[in-house]
Amino acid sequence: MQNKSIAQLAADLRLRTYSSVELTQHYLERIARLDPTLNAFITVAADAALDAAHRADATLKRGDAGPLTGIPIAHKDIFCTQGLRTSCGSRMLDNFIAPYDATIVERLAAAGAVVLGKTNMDEFAMGSSNETSWYGPVKNPWDTTRVPGGSSGGSAAAVAARLCAAATASDTGGSIRQPAALCGITGIKPTYGRCSRWGMIAFASSLDQAGVMARSAADAAFILDEMAGFDERDATSAALPVPDYVDALDDDLHGLRIGLPKEYFGAGLDARIGDVVMAAIKEYEALGAELVEISLPNSALSVPVYYVVAPAECSSNLARFDGVRYGHRCANPVDLEDLYKRSRAEGFGPEVQRRIMIGTYVLSAGYYDAYYLKAQQIRQLIAADFTRAFEQVDVIMGPTSPTLAFPLGSKLDDPVAMYLNDIYTIATNLAGLPGMSIPVEPVAGLPVGLQIIGNYFQEARLLNVAHRYQHVTHWHQAAPEGCE
Amino acid sequence: MQWETVIGLEIHTQLATQSKIFSAAPTAFGAEPNTQACAIDLGLPGVLPMLNAEAVRLAVRFGQAINADIAPRSVFARKNYFYPDLPKGYQISQYELPIVGTGRVEIVLDDGTIKTIGVTRAHLEEDAGKSLHEDFHGFTGIDLNRAGTPLLEIVSEPDLRSPAEAVAYAKKIHQIVRYIGISDGNMQEGSFRMDANVSVRPVGQKTFGTRAEIKNVNSFRFLEKAIAFEVERQIELIESGGTVIQETRLYDAVKDETRSMRTKEEANDYRYFPDPDLLPLEIDDAFLSAATADLPELPDAKRTRFQSEYGLSEYDANLLTASRELADYYEAVARACNEPKLAANWVSGELMAALNKSEGEISASPVSAHALAGLIARIQDGTVSGKLAKQVFEGMWSSGDTADAVIEAQGLKQITDSSAIEAMIDAIIAANPAQVEQYRAGKDKVFGFFVGQVMKQSGSKANPAQVNELLQRKLSA
Repeated sequence: MQNKSIAQLAADLRLRTYSSVELTQHYLERIARLDPTLNAFITVAADAALDAAHRADATLKRGDAGPLTGIPIAHKDIFCTQGLRTSCGSRMLDNFIAPYDATIVERLAAAGAVVLGKTNMDEFAMGSSNETSWYGPVKNPWDTTRVPGGSSGGSAAAVAARLCAAATASDTGGSIRQPAALCGITGIKPTYGRCSRWGMIAFASSLDQAGVMARSAADAAFILDEMAGFDERDATSAALPVPDYVDALDDDLHGLRIGLPKEYFGAGLDARIGDVVMAAIKEYEALGAELVEISLPNSALSVPVYYVVAPAECSSNLARFDGVRYGHRCANPVDLEDLYKRSRAEGFGPEVQRRIMIGTYVLSAGYYDAYYLKAQQIRQLIAADFTRAFEQVDVIMGPTSPTLAFPLGSKLDDPVAMYLNDIYTIATNLAGLPGMSIPVEPVAGLPVGLQIIGNYFQEARLLNVAHRYQHVTHWHQAAPEGCE
Repeated sequence: MQWETVIGLEIHTQLATQSKIFSAAPTAFGAEPNTQACAIDLGLPGVLPMLNAEAVRLAVRFGQAINADIAPRSVFARKNYFYPDLPKGYQISQYELPIVGTGRVEIVLDDGTIKTIGVTRAHLEEDAGKSLHEDFHGFTGIDLNRAGTPLLEIVSEPDLRSPAEAVAYAKKIHQIVRYIGISDGNMQEGSFRMDANVSVRPVGQKTFGTRAEIKNVNSFRFLEKAIAFEVERQIELIESGGTVIQETRLYDAVKDETRSMRTKEEANDYRYFPDPDLLPLEIDDAFLSAATADLPELPDAKRTRFQSEYGLSEYDANLLTASRELADYYEAVARACNEPKLAANWVSGELMAALNKSEGEISASPVSAHALAGLIARIQDGTVSGKLAKQVFEGMWSSGDTADAVIEAQGLKQITDSSAIEAMIDAIIAANPAQVEQYRAGKDKVFGFFVGQVMKQSGSKANPAQVNELLQRKLSA
């Protein structure tokens, strides 16, 4: 069951080959068996999931099922879920239960999806290894001594280990694509504004975007179909029609122009990754695509720009966690300043504190122009690089991550090395473009991701491009040992 | 040394919207604490602001009313600081690009000259909640009902030169916001709060002195006293060899003094940056014209018109245009009775006195404009004497009845029947032969005695003109 596509699961549920309750129980059993090792879930909502599955079965019986009715999924613990704890991977919100659903949670529930639980993540989505979580690191199902990537490491590991049919995730600088690459699954970060941010706990508001992690582009298309679209509660969500992503999956790729940025294949890239990524791109040539070498000259600036803009926004976004109204409050504060200082020092881990301090610094009087303003200017240049590139090509391809999944603990003491893991993914967030990662041939038994970047609101094209590759290859079907 | 005072005002006026600037929670004043704050106002995780178009509309109306440029594109920014009644840890405001740009208003100085005061800018922002320090022994209570209430912060140029000018300017802004219906201006409820930037400099000096900012003054009287105190303080300080430091001060109305709240060094670094949750606010011509299409006649224009159309003095015109409600009331009376000057006297005299005494609003006046016009008509047609008309007005005020009903009920109708007046005069002449003698001997003053007797006998109801005429005829006979 756990290896079936969402389309197949939906068909089986309609034929009552098995019920949603049976399917849900199956996943819950897998979680009980495998998750103690993987730590992909922060909260498993078994009772609520079974209740939802019962309701789904009733709906299926009545014959008015939605596209996802009865399909068990998981939500990254960054999305608020009414009545179910939303921790954001932080001690700060260990006791927080939202009185509302995030828009995407609400929409997937309306489509009939069953929520198994909330997945682990780097604290407040700040990290590339899922090691900053208050709830402990997630293990990579392909090698449990290695990281799954981050910040959506829990969603990636859960999907890779077949603990859910698909999972939601968020991507601020690569948090969907990098863990998708490191865990051998398919992940899509849509265009900024495509999915509502309402109810998604903010890290860096101008970069954050909700997306999907699944075992295939087709599965991702099913989920994204239900998530995407304008929401009046998010002023930055795009008031544009949403195409049917499933419909476009099989479109022909003849004449597709693929841009290969030379900056994405240079120093810093593990040569073995470069080889398998190029092999995958050659596969596209066989499918009728045309390869075009392009340049994104400001690529090298994306990491430094990101580490000004994202911390600046986070320093402000996380100011609300002050111990006054909800969340962690220190014991016996002696006065207001003590309440603030100790609640925040205890509630936030070191990486979050580091970014709050960087962000506070770059926004402070006398430094704003030199850092924040300058970074925003360079951000425009980075976006302009892509605009020029998309005059020549339809999609851009390259590696998702410069390295394979690395051993747990190996980069924790070197934040810059950790930050560089997102060197290929960050620029798309700065530009607001959609990006995907799909698995290609593994290296040394570890997954490798091919990144596909599209022009604004070209998610249908991205999913189509990814799907056609998955149609002629089988890398996306491989399961980690013990998770088959 | 001669000193010159330099004052600039920042006025926070609460915009009269039904719901908050970034949420759908209601803005009504006086509800139980924390019953009018939704997830957005509470700053819960994951929530996002939704801009209330009505707040934008009201801000645009203000801009138009002070002849300011309305920015086609303005930007919301975050003002970051920690305070328990500031749920998000930042206030959404506007910083570099405000919605309303440079404008101007005119104030009338004591000597009657008109002075133009520049308005630097006006920007939209959200209010914070309230910290309640009483009633919570050792704790502070937080009421977030006010959090997210829309404010328009109106910043003046440092054009004001005395406490009186500052008050005249503040009253002018208060008058405008109420005229155009963007704020109730209720000062007790905090809908209109003033901060004053005050400095002094030797007369003739071009550069400004160091300023102190007096925060949160909520009455015109306190504004005047606070500035006056502060000016004295600064002059005394400088003259005794000290220096004014840039700081924020609070006015204590009980002690009538300002005292330091925090110095520049203690001030927050607000780390303003554009709010990434809100797109730049774009205002197109269609929105602009829809927002300002029904702008009412503004106070200055109304005052000029009252002078030319109704022949009122500048003083009366000023008085009667103080609020839109009063002006509308006056116009209704004037038009109904077609006696604009008499109407002005009655409205600014008896009516205002009665309103002041009862501390009531003109909208709730027991004597309607139509009823007052009815009374004036009765004075004009001689039904009631000018003197008794005041008594009629009092009757109308307490009963809510029309002038006719009060005149009838109290028997105040003027006696115009000549034979009735003649009969009274005959009796009085007969009863006072000595006075008749004196009058006929040329002592004209005694005439007044006879008038008084007739009025007394008639209960002031006899028509005075008729009394005069008849008395003269009879006494000369």
